[in-house]
Amino acid sequence: MKVPFFKHTTILLGAAVIAAGLATTAWTEPLKVGFVYVGPVGDHGWTYRHDQGRKAIDKAFGDKVKTTLVESVKEGADAERVIRQLAASGHKLIFTTSFGFMNPTLKVAKSFPNVRFEHATGYKQSDNVSTYAARFYQGRHIAGLIAGKMTKSNIIGYIGSFPIPEVVRGINATTLALQKVNPKAQVKVVWVNTWYDPGKEGAAAKALIDQGADVIMQHTDSPAAVQAAQERGVWAVGQASDMTHFGPKSHLTAIVDVWDSYYVARAKAVMDGTWKPGDTWDGLKQGMLQMAPYNAAIPADVLAMAKKAQADIIAGTLHPFAGPIKDQMGMQKVAAGENLDDGSLLSMNWYVHGVQGKLPK
Amino acid sequence: MRPRLEARLGVSRTMVYATPVMALLLTMAFGSILFAALGQHPPAVLYAFFVQPISSAYGLAELTVKATPLVLCAIGLSFGFRANIWNIGAEGQLTLGAIAGGGVALWAGENAGPWVLPAMMLAGLLGGAAWAAIPAYLKTRFNANEILTSLMLTYVALLLLSYLVHGPWKDPQGYSFPQSRMFADSALLPLLTMGTRLHLGAPVALFVALAAWWVMARMFIGFQIKVVGLTPAAAGLAGFSVRRLTWITLLTGGALAGLAGLFEVAGPIGQLLPSISPGYGFTAIIVAFLGRLHPVGILLAGLLIALSYLGGETVQIELGLPLAVAGVFQGMLLFFLLATDVLVRYRIRWGRKVITQEAG
Repeated sequence: MKVPFFKHTTILLGAAVIAAGLATTAWTEPLKVGFVYVGPVGDHGWTYRHDQGRKAIDKAFGDKVKTTLVESVKEGADAERVIRQLAASGHKLIFTTSFGFMNPTLKVAKSFPNVRFEHATGYKQSDNVSTYAARFYQGRHIAGLIAGKMTKSNIIGYIGSFPIPEVVRGINATTLALQKVNPKAQVKVVWVNTWYDPGKEGAAAKALIDQGADVIMQHTDSPAAVQAAQERGVWAVGQASDMTHFGPKSHLTAIVDVWDSYYVARAKAVMDGTWKPGDTWDGLKQGMLQMAPYNAAIPADVLAMAKKAQADIIAGTLHPFAGPIKDQMGMQKVAAGENLDDGSLLSMNWYVHGVQGKLPK
Repeated sequence: MRPRLEARLGVSRTMVYATPVMALLLTMAFGSILFAALGQHPPAVLYAFFVQPISSAYGLAELTVKATPLVLCAIGLSFGFRANIWNIGAEGQLTLGAIAGGGVALWAGENAGPWVLPAMMLAGLLGGAAWAAIPAYLKTRFNANEILTSLMLTYVALLLLSYLVHGPWKDPQGYSFPQSRMFADSALLPLLTMGTRLHLGAPVALFVALAAWWVMARMFIGFQIKVVGLTPAAAGLAGFSVRRLTWITLLTGGALAGLAGLFEVAGPIGQLLPSISPGYGFTAIIVAFLGRLHPVGILLAGLLIALSYLGGETVQIELGLPLAVAGVFQGMLLFFLLATDVLVRYRIRWGRKVITQEAG
């Protein structure tokens, strides 16, 4: 039985109007939640995933929340104004989703003690500022294992954004995993000094392919590298979002950030009055990090290996930074039988043995 | 029949002043169509874009904070543009000013006395001027095109800043993230009113604009700049040295851009970061031409462009419009400003050019 579309809409609209009317009379004001993004919502990567988290809050609480977003906010003097404007216009919970928003977030937080702030990937907390990030390196380990098996040229191209610990950690995790399955494989890094610039990212991917790379990895936010890989017939690993439809043939998998449940939990905590500052660093186990569907072209044995590694990381029996680990100069950094601790991971500023080139200083 | 532009014989003075208003009205009219098509109530959007950002003391202060670097850079550029010297690298000179001035702040550390701010400003001026001296030297010595050299040096400056904050000037307590230590309180610009970010840079920019007007209108050097720009041959006959003017305009432009950079890092930012400017040096080129290269015009244009950024944020926050819509609206504003400007100076004629006596 097919009902004309407009009938549905009319009924829904009517219901919505009534519900809205009830809402204003029965409930208190909705909780206003603000989001400050470093890129456009349509980057199909990092910012896109944060915006999915925002939508999850909308979905979970409906009329009880009102979410606001400001996209493509520059890291620098502009960020403070935007954050302050959100705080001043009644937003009680504000997510600032780029590392460069750290000091502006703390500055604004000082003058708005009743507003809660959540800053992604930073390291400074205060009475009303929490930090959170995902253990991206766990996904890099799995991607590294797959890349090591799939490469023919034994050259993995890696597009880096900025040489900050988070990105260096990803390069190192990839390299260590790579060497486990393919000691001959090398990682070549190109720094583009931007989080989001499809033109630069695509050009970097092509430059790496020209240097012989046949698997392209990225720590930047657009799918340009996946598209370039598809064009040139090499493999790629997506970042932050599932980028399959930008390169169905090239896309091996992607490391997908899933902020939804964290965002919903934090919004709920503010509503319940139980919000406390803290530092959250979740990974595959908690589902803050997930692997995008694996490409059908991956052989069964490689797929099984990837899935086993995923299960072992979740179970806690596999640590991507398990010793022995040597740095580029061959100096031992972690002894056999030990794992690198979180503090060293968070401030990582050295390459492991096997990464080509020098870390920019 | 093809349309062509024909220069008007006389430019109406009233029209010159009326064009910005006409452009604003046209933008509002066409913007309203755009907003209505998006299902928004146009007056509400226009209010959020133009009025709401400056409806509080805090908002006005933010407008000034945003306009300060634009005005400083644009005033500096306008000297050169008047003399046909095309400095496109204000962004790089701004960066060098921030590096030089910020370097003084970091070197002085926590124990800096009251002398540190003046020293930082001086370093900012000199840093920007030094960066502009390179295109000036290359132009006067080798006749190298300053558009290319100044633009290319921008990228060198950005990489130099990146090197410093990733390397020698990195905050030792910063988990190896690329940023310097926060400046000491004595190395931060004093705030003019409590509860806002309005800093010393704003009155300085105002003073610079007034001084620039005086230089251009009353001083011999201002007259020389105008003559070189309008009729280089006459300037040659009068014995004005183009070489000297090249140096003066580029150094002044560089120094003011450098000061703008220092004001950013010692004002709203408070430390050195890999990116300290969202492209003020490039936007300043638009501001300079929008203000018709006149100091007062530049002041107004700087405020208008600053308002368009603030308005772009406000329509996102208040109405949930995407940033792209704000961008389209900003584009409309610039388009109509330029279009009305062209039509005041030229008329559209159809068909082939007819030679008449009045055209001569």
